[in-house]
Amino acid sequence: MLSKRIIPCLDVRDGRLTKGVKFKGNVDIGDPVDMARFYSDEGADELVFYDITASSEKRGIMLKVVEHVAAQTFIPFSVGGGIRNTEDMRAVLLAGAEKISVNSSAVRNPKIIVQGAAAFGSQCIVVGMDVLAVPPSLEIPSGYEVVIHGGRTPTGMDALVWAKRVQELGAGEICLNSIDADGTKEGYELTLTRLVAEAVTIPVIASGGAGRPVHLADALTMGLASAALVASIVHYGEYSIAKLKSYLAGQGIKVRQVW
Amino acid sequence: MLIVLDYEAGNQTSVRRALDYLGIPCRISADPVLLKNSQGVIFPGVGAAGQAMAELRQKGLDVLLGELIHTGKPLLGICVGCQVLLEYSEENDTQTLGVFEGCCRRFNPEWHDENGRNLIVPHMGWNGLRAVTECALLCGISDEAEFYFVHSYYPAPVPELVMATTFYGREFASIFGRPGLWAVQFHPEKSGRPGLRLLANFYSYCQEKDNAQ
Repeated sequence: MLSKRIIPCLDVRDGRLTKGVKFKGNVDIGDPVDMARFYSDEGADELVFYDITASSEKRGIMLKVVEHVAAQTFIPFSVGGGIRNTEDMRAVLLAGAEKISVNSSAVRNPKIIVQGAAAFGSQCIVVGMDVLAVPPSLEIPSGYEVVIHGGRTPTGMDALVWAKRVQELGAGEICLNSIDADGTKEGYELTLTRLVAEAVTIPVIASGGAGRPVHLADALTMGLASAALVASIVHYGEYSIAKLKSYLAGQGIKVRQVW
Repeated sequence: MLIVLDYEAGNQTSVRRALDYLGIPCRISADPVLLKNSQGVIFPGVGAAGQAMAELRQKGLDVLLGELIHTGKPLLGICVGCQVLLEYSEENDTQTLGVFEGCCRRFNPEWHDENGRNLIVPHMGWNGLRAVTECALLCGISDEAEFYFVHSYYPAPVPELVMATTFYGREFASIFGRPGLWAVQFHPEKSGRPGLRLLANFYSYCQEKDNAQ
């Protein structure tokens, strides 16, 4: 039986983690390679790196990070941020990532999904969606609008329409982030998560809002998500991945417990 | 030394990284001499069966693989490299190597998962194994261990070849073959410690076989 996945998300700028991940012990908390190993040892099922490096000349640093992570961590991981074409994808995949994630660049140029899926297979292509709740309208009947640039720019696209479209274009997975829930620690946006998961047949990763273990359980059951993205709930040492997993297992949710 | 078979449809580099991490000597190559002189061969694969077979045929590797297997060279097929050891794949309607009797079929999205919901295809993520026979690859690995799968087609060999099964919509063969010639549907190189142990077990078998000769 397939396990539900817990996926820590690490933001990287110029080769260093941006959020102060707080741990004791022998771990350099700013080093993405060390933290990848740490989370892998703790039972993370997959990892997500977002490269938020602003300047394009420093992008090569991220490829080095990817190479080092891949040499020491043997679970799947994806890399997003600044991927604009299949050449960017190829570089990241060759450096050792399992998947690449596109978000704003796919909205601007949906063909990138088709080209990526054709070149590397759908299983490599994760489409990240940032979504904001809006009053339902003719244009956005579900009341959930896709936004880009970290939530600053509305696209006029209904989240459910876009989710179905990216699946048709060849996306292998959707990482669904609620801008409303993100950072609140009050739980994932369950209505949105469920609507999207029901609209597509590919896996949906719930993102944004995890503050307590029950939030993960809700996203994975009521929200119908295949995986839960976690950030601050684990980065500040509040909960370990192992603790989250034993909670979920206690709730009857199938998770990987031996690693 | 192990050789990771070099062709355009593989995940050679991730397999090599795992072997490097384990300190197992290896090279990525398609050189017939290196392959014949190796202790064992890993036959990786991602992508589609049709494309994989086209690459193999174009490079003459289909014939070479047949020869290696005939001489008893230890071989581990991974994912698409596991599937094409069968006779036929529904993916791209492809005739495959036919080393083992059986074929490769598509997961039907109309099947149901354990919650009665339609199956998500591909089968992507961590899933367990149920050992059917003794398998040297699983030596020292917990029964509860899980492995990382990413595939839309599943191997359906004849029952006597099945060594371990996995449940996704239905029970399918996740390890099959015979001792020394194994096919695994999951990705050991991406399956954490249990996956690394499986690769180390394969190398141990290759070394023992090599020493015995």
